[in-house]
Amino acid sequence: MEVDDLTRRTGEWLRGEGPSSEVVISSRIRLARNLSAHPFLSKADDAERQAVYRLLNKCIAGTDLGDDALLVNMEDTDELDRQLLVERHLISKQHAENRGCRGVVISPDETRALMINEEDHLRIQCLRSGLQLDSLWEEINGIDDLIEKQVEYAFDERFGYLTACPTNVGTGIRVSVMLHLPGLKLSGEIERVFRAARDTRLAVRGLYGEGTDAIGDFFQISNQTTLGRSESEIISEFGSDIIPRIVQYEQTAREVLARERPYQLDDKIWRAYGTLAHARTVGTDETLYMLSHLRLGVQMNRFKLVDLQTVNELFLLAQRAHLQKINGGALDADQRSIARAELLRKRLGAST
Amino acid sequence: MEILCQLCNNSRATVHVTDIVPPNGEKRERHLCEACAEQEGITMKQHEPINTILAKFVQHKVGGGMQEVANLTCPHCGVTFREFRSQGLFGCPHDYEVFDQHITPLIERAHGGATRHTGKVPRRLGVRAGQQAELANLKRRLNEAVDKEDYEAAARLRDHIKALETDGG
Repeated sequence: MEVDDLTRRTGEWLRGEGPSSEVVISSRIRLARNLSAHPFLSKADDAERQAVYRLLNKCIAGTDLGDDALLVNMEDTDELDRQLLVERHLISKQHAENRGCRGVVISPDETRALMINEEDHLRIQCLRSGLQLDSLWEEINGIDDLIEKQVEYAFDERFGYLTACPTNVGTGIRVSVMLHLPGLKLSGEIERVFRAARDTRLAVRGLYGEGTDAIGDFFQISNQTTLGRSESEIISEFGSDIIPRIVQYEQTAREVLARERPYQLDDKIWRAYGTLAHARTVGTDETLYMLSHLRLGVQMNRFKLVDLQTVNELFLLAQRAHLQKINGGALDADQRSIARAELLRKRLGAST
Repeated sequence: MEILCQLCNNSRATVHVTDIVPPNGEKRERHLCEACAEQEGITMKQHEPINTILAKFVQHKVGGGMQEVANLTCPHCGVTFREFRSQGLFGCPHDYEVFDQHITPLIERAHGGATRHTGKVPRRLGVRAGQQAELANLKRRLNEAVDKEDYEAAARLRDHIKALETDGG
C-alpha cells in the first residue's frame, strides 16, 4: 500500500457509521509511550532517533497490524503527502512539520496509526466512526500489550507512563470525540455546552486538534487530565455521560429548529447546496461550512439530492492536499479554489 | 467570514453570548473577543496550558533560591530545569525523579489535583504493581464517595480495598 492509494477512499473517520453517527463523526483514542532506555526526543540526537525508529518499527511489525500496513518515513515524504495524512487524521500537524527521523505505520483500513518519534517515542492511535470508545479501548490496549512485550516502557509507580510533556503523564491517554453540532450552532446554544465541557476539564478544539479553529461546526472534545484516574474511568465518563448528553442537546436543537424555524433551516441547507453546486471559485473554509449545512440536511432527511457518502467524501476531497492529489500536481491558492468549485459541481450533479 | 468583537471592533469575536433581556425575555446576541468578554465579567474557565502554569509557578517561587533550581541539571540527559521551564518538555524519563519536588506541585495543578497514577501498569512489573495502582484508585474513589456522602458506595469500596490488602500483602 502507498500514500497515493489513500486518495481513492474515504477513510474510516468519515464513513458515517456507528452509534450516534448523526452527531458523532468519529471516536479516537491515543496512547503516549516512551522507551525507558532512550532520552526523550528533545534530547535525542540523530543516532538515538534512528535507533528508536528502527526498534519501534520492528515491534510494530510484531503486532497484528497486518502485512499490508503502510510504513511512511516522514523524511522521504514530500510536503503534499504529509499534508494528505494530516487531512485524513492519520498524523498530527506537528508530526508533518517536525524534522528528523520519524514516521508512521498505518493499518490498511486506516483505523490504526502508530506515530514514531512525534513528541513521544510512540503514539498509538485507534480511530472509528461513530461513538465506540469501549471497543476502541479494548483494541488499543491490546496493541499496547503486544508492543510492551517487546520493549521496556518508561514507567514509574507514582507517575505512571512517563511522557516528554508532563500534561500527558500517567495513563498517557487522550480520548477525543469529533462532533458535528450545526443545530446547537444555529440555535446559539453552543457556547453554553462548551463552557460546561470546559468546567469538567475537557478541551474543545477544532477539526484538526490543537491550535485549529472550529470550521464548519465540527468540534473535537477531549480529556485534559491523564493522571489520577484509570483509563476506563476516563472513557466511561466520556462515553456514557458527557458525549451522550451533548448528542441529546444537539438532537433537541435540531428538532426545535425543524419545528419552529423550518423555512430558515431549509434555506440554510438549500443555499449551501446552491453555493456548492454552482460556485466558480470557492475556498476551503466556505466549502466546509456549506458541506456542514448540507450534511445536516441529509441527516435530517430534508435534503435528498445528495447522499451522505458523497458529502463525507467531499469533506476530504475538497481539502488542500487531496485536491492537488486528484488534480495530479501542485496548484496555487487561486487555482485550488477554481479546481475545488469544479470538483463540487461535478460531484453534486449540477450539469454546468 | 470573520466576525469582529462588537466592543473593540478590533479582535476576532470568539465568545458568543445570548442574553435574555427583561422584561419581555427578548433574546439579544453579543459577539465578543476573549479580552472584552472577560472585562464584561464573562469568564472563560479554560484548561491552562503547561507554559502558563509553569510561568505562574516560577513567579510564585521567585526569590526563594530560584536560581539554584533553574540550574538543576539531570545527570542522565543534561537538561536543566530552566530548559524544561521554557519548553515544557523533559529530556529523559529520569527527569521526573531528578526534578521531583519541583515538578510535583506543577503536575498536581495540570491534572486537577491528582498526584498518583491509578491506571494501567506494564505486565513486566508483575501483579503487585498492578494491585498497587488499583488500590490507589479505590482509595481515591472511597474519598470521593465519602465527600459525596454516598455511604453505600463507600462501604463497597472499603470492602474491596480490605480484600485487596489482605490478599496482595
